[in-house]
Amino acid sequence: MQVLAQVIFGVIFLIANYFMVKNILRIRKTILLGKDVSIEASSQRWKNVILIAFGQKKMFKKPLPALLHLFVYLGFLIVNLEMIEIIVDGFFGTHRVLFPLLGSLYSFCINTFEFFAAAVIVACLVFLIRRNLIKVPRFSGVEMTSKPIVDANLILVVEILLMVAFLSMNACDYLLQQAGHEHYTSVGRFFISSSLSPLFAGLSSEALVFIERFCWWFHIIGVLAFANYVFMESKHLHIFLAFVNTYFARTEPAGKLQSMESVTREVKLMLNIPVETTETTTEPGRFGAKEVNDLSWKNILDAFSCTECGRCTQQCPANLTGKKLSPRKIMMDTRRRAQDMMKGIESQGKEFSDGKSLLGDYISEGEIMACTTCNACVEACPVLINPVDIIVQLRQYKVMEESQAPASWNMMFSNVENNFAPWKFSPSDRFNWVQKLD
Amino acid sequence: MAKYTAPLVSELVAKGENPEILFWVGCAGSFDERAKAITVAFVKILNHVGIKFAVLGHEESCTGDPAKRAGNEFLFQMMAMSNIQVLNGYQIKKIVTACPHCFNTIKNEYPALGGNYEVVHHAQLLQQLIDEGRIKIKEGGSFKGKKITYHDSCYLGRANQIYEAPRKVLEVLDAQLVEMKRCRSTGLCCGAGGAQMFKEPEKGKKDINVERTEEALQTGATIIAANCPFCMTMLSDGVKNKEKETEIKVYDLAELIALANEL
Repeated sequence: MQVLAQVIFGVIFLIANYFMVKNILRIRKTILLGKDVSIEASSQRWKNVILIAFGQKKMFKKPLPALLHLFVYLGFLIVNLEMIEIIVDGFFGTHRVLFPLLGSLYSFCINTFEFFAAAVIVACLVFLIRRNLIKVPRFSGVEMTSKPIVDANLILVVEILLMVAFLSMNACDYLLQQAGHEHYTSVGRFFISSSLSPLFAGLSSEALVFIERFCWWFHIIGVLAFANYVFMESKHLHIFLAFVNTYFARTEPAGKLQSMESVTREVKLMLNIPVETTETTTEPGRFGAKEVNDLSWKNILDAFSCTECGRCTQQCPANLTGKKLSPRKIMMDTRRRAQDMMKGIESQGKEFSDGKSLLGDYISEGEIMACTTCNACVEACPVLINPVDIIVQLRQYKVMEESQAPASWNMMFSNVENNFAPWKFSPSDRFNWVQKLD
Repeated sequence: MAKYTAPLVSELVAKGENPEILFWVGCAGSFDERAKAITVAFVKILNHVGIKFAVLGHEESCTGDPAKRAGNEFLFQMMAMSNIQVLNGYQIKKIVTACPHCFNTIKNEYPALGGNYEVVHHAQLLQQLIDEGRIKIKEGGSFKGKKITYHDSCYLGRANQIYEAPRKVLEVLDAQLVEMKRCRSTGLCCGAGGAQMFKEPEKGKKDINVERTEEALQTGATIIAANCPFCMTMLSDGVKNKEKETEIKVYDLAELIALANEL
């Protein structure tokens, strides 16, 4: 029986890991659908990872959600340490294998895990209440269709169930230790689980063993299944990608938009500025972005790092005044299009086409035209996602490839070109203000 | 001789001199009636403190900011490169401008195209002049005790992280500074950026400038301080929309300093 359990555990563990690695590689491939950009290493990048991802600096603009989120985050990091013991026990059929090794430190560790497990339960319950009962406005919006809403709630419910299983397991374990059950070595009482043990008091030791084992299996299979879910379709990837994304995020001032090098050469030739021979002479390709693979891999990484919290949209002046633009939708659409494109490539090969494109079928013109490039969304994002960068590239496609700028922008362009100012004033009047000096 | 002058770079260079700093006026500051008053106020301050500055006059062109943000990179780079040719031709090292859009573009986007200058916004220069004691406000100046609220422009604030310099400038007025609910890094846009100034707003429930003006009015301030000619237009329109133009005035930082000094 024991050997069978070990074999089952080993098989489940290996299969889960196989699919997890497969899905991670698939996400990597999807992100790399984007165009190559070189990002220089710098100490500022590590500083961002430490302060913004590890330190959650930007979360603390909203203290209550920040504190609750901190519990879940620390819970994730700390309670998962217990996984080491669970996996060893699972493979070797041992029980609490680390107890003899850690001695009195063991009790400290498990007490800490239990504290955070309880904190995760409380935090996730509050999060569920905020989403479903209080209905915090930033969790709704046109892009928050049933799929992302179910996704968000599912993640919270699973986290609660996993932690409940962990605590129940320890509570039953405690009762079995007290009853002197041979398999349950006495490791002492842990504050939270022993306080919960009266809930299970009066049950037979068979029932207790069953519940303890059930919770053990539920917890480990749940964790493995959850990890697989996270790497499939969920919005929960930020637990890993927050670190990656803060590293690769721009370290330059937010106001700086990237220069299009492919244009520079043409402009230099037009203005009779000598062009260095080393400068690229290859065909510039498409200007701006129509499709998700016209964007850079960093843009797609941004999209996969988004956990749909809506802090960006909540701050967006266009969204606040009823325009169609929602920066969160830009990120969600970018991710969805990248996933759809990956699926297409997998089934139809590299030349895949479904007659759709990011701009037009996912993101509409009305959205990108409403952006004031105010960077409120960029500033608001706790993991340094940049929706403005995507919006500007979509505009570049609209304007430079399709020549489909709004008429008033075309007028502005023509004024800039001919009168050297965005308004229709005569250039000879430019210095007239000097007459007002006295 | 006139009390205030705005020397041209070309004239200085012809005399074999170089300006300490170039004042980049910008299109709004050159053509927009309201923004011209900001230009004039700032030039008066520069004269008053005796900085050796110069302007480009007719040699200045749009930086290309609205074109770039509207997605027209060709036009942006054309403008940028011809401006860089002019600036480099005069060997300009330091630039001050009263427009955060020009400031951001020249400071952050010109280097990739060969234009490298030390660029400051006039809020920073004014703060420096105050710190050095070169701008002083008389005891009990005309703004003493008045309620002023400061509107962070996106391109000075979030885009370039300059939040304190403009507030320090306002502090010397001895006025009562009141913050809007959304200020500094969470300041609400006036609605003009990203080339929105040059088109009708997209369909929505409300205009952004009205939303921002309402917030400014809620502070009870009688003066809204701005640092950007586009914010100036948007907020002035917002105040008119609320029919408050007789009680509430929108001023640029430079205008407030010039007025307080009776320049």
